[in-house]
Amino acid sequence: MVTLRLEDLGTRYGRTYVVSGVTTPVLTGGGLTAVIGPNAAGKSSLFKRIAGLAKGTGQVHVETQDYNRNTICYMPQDTGSNAVLSVYESVILAAKQGSSLRVRADELTRIDDILAALRISDLAARNLGELSGGQRQLVAIAQTLIRDPKILLMDEPTSALDLHRQMEVLTFMRNIAQNRKMIVLIAIHDLNHALHYCDHALAIANGKMVTFGRSEDVINRDLLRDVYQVDGEVEHNSLGQRHIVLRGTVTGSKDTNLMAAQ
Amino acid sequence: MTVEQTKNLTGSAHYKARSLRRILILSGMTIALFLSFAVDLATGPANYPLRDVIFALLNPSDVSDQLRVVIWEIRMPVALMALTVGAALSTAGAQMQTILANPLASPFTLGISAAAGFGAAMALVLGVAILPAFVEFIIPINAFIMAMATALIIHFFSRMRGVTVETIVLLGIALVFTFNALLALLQYLASEQALAAVVFWTMGSLVKATWSKVAITAIAVAIALPLFTRQAWALTALRLGDAKAESFGVNVQSLRLKTMLLVSLLAAIPVSFVGTIGFIGLVGPHIARMLVGEDQRFFLPASVLCGALILSATSVLSKLIIPGAILPIGVITALVGVPFFFSLIFASRRKSW
Repeated sequence: MVTLRLEDLGTRYGRTYVVSGVTTPVLTGGGLTAVIGPNAAGKSSLFKRIAGLAKGTGQVHVETQDYNRNTICYMPQDTGSNAVLSVYESVILAAKQGSSLRVRADELTRIDDILAALRISDLAARNLGELSGGQRQLVAIAQTLIRDPKILLMDEPTSALDLHRQMEVLTFMRNIAQNRKMIVLIAIHDLNHALHYCDHALAIANGKMVTFGRSEDVINRDLLRDVYQVDGEVEHNSLGQRHIVLRGTVTGSKDTNLMAAQ
Repeated sequence: MTVEQTKNLTGSAHYKARSLRRILILSGMTIALFLSFAVDLATGPANYPLRDVIFALLNPSDVSDQLRVVIWEIRMPVALMALTVGAALSTAGAQMQTILANPLASPFTLGISAAAGFGAAMALVLGVAILPAFVEFIIPINAFIMAMATALIIHFFSRMRGVTVETIVLLGIALVFTFNALLALLQYLASEQALAAVVFWTMGSLVKATWSKVAITAIAVAIALPLFTRQAWALTALRLGDAKAESFGVNVQSLRLKTMLLVSLLAAIPVSFVGTIGFIGLVGPHIARMLVGEDQRFFLPASVLCGALILSATSVLSKLIIPGAILPIGVITALVGVPFFFSLIFASRRKSW
């Protein structure tokens, strides 16, 4: 069992703080936590700070039995690669960092299993340069899961996926978080997905934490207005699920200013 | 194998097949390298049958004194120099391409060879030692210090914000021109004797190889290769981009800097001994990449073998083109290497870079 608690976490880029004052209660494994907020709110910077890839203020408290280099894994937004490496090799690469040059048979089996679980076995022999954006994201997920993290920080893992694949990946991640008792933080733009798949949500705007709580408590009319500058409502749809209904952007927001300028 | 069968293979089966093919390719290259080396020893003003050469290699005491002296004392240092220099330059190019994420990177294209050349010429013409303590090795040490300084300039420039792959190449071109101009200035100032040495040296030639030069080059390679091998996974991960490599736990900054220092060692030592031999550092790694991909466990040995093989074969060619004369090898690597390289690019439909 793993727990994670963030205490007054901050990081800066040059002299300006891009994230500051992020504090959470103790998070336990077993479900997904959405990290939501507008573009450039500091979601990626927060993830890098938690993963130890960016220096800064505050504390990351992790409790687990065997802490190692793969305990916290950060999955960055995919940038693509023109390397002459196959998908399979790129997953080996993720698994083998810092260990021997020899790849064991059981490691190969694990990779086969993960590719099969993500339904990308047929991509194994393809070169990275030949993949579409969505395929690259699935490969990136495989590269992350092969490291068997306890705490997983996923930076917009579904942004390039079609609707079917988005739902598939989120369901898959939710199951894997439950089965492996992992803490999974997912930066995500689709608030309906956040409501549907994530137990908790952490909202940040302008590098500051706005709120943390259960998704249905965090994602509401106030959040839409204050954080996203949109006029909307969270309603129940015909299936009884929470669902966002949008009326438009809020006057005085970035978008309307843009329209006025034109 | 048909497409259908390929599809049914699991990823690991595919990976195993690919690894096996790569091991076969590396073995084939090793055999080709040995043959080329033997032919190199057999070729010269007096040609010997290959069988006699291999026999002389295996049983030096059982052959005639004349054959033994020619093979072991006259031709051997040159042939070994071709192997070690080719290996060093190709490895240097491979790792520069890896850490700068740049297919055009090589000691030659980014000015490291030119800098080393200028450092060596400083020693040849002016007798200036940058480190006065080691006057015996003034030429290689000068070359190394200039090459390292240049490598560091490129390294820190490449770390600046907003610097792209293209700007690094532009910086490299600027460095090449700068050091060539400085070299020309030295040539202008040089005495006739020193000028001859510099000119001979700018063309690149193996004929002045000695056992001690071979040994020093081999030591440079022997230092660098184990260090690169230990970082094989991390170096390969760099090719997925900095963000991905960092997320895998690679210390990208430190790995880049260490690699750049080793690269400058590998580039400077050969240049200080045999002059500027271009294109090996660019072409060697590209051929290696086309053959085995970029997993450093295969890419690194393939680059070593490719560089050694190309230079060894070129050494043979330099003796064959005009019988009785040995053309400067740097001239041949450029004239033969480049068309060969282009034919490979056009022949391979697989996209590398």
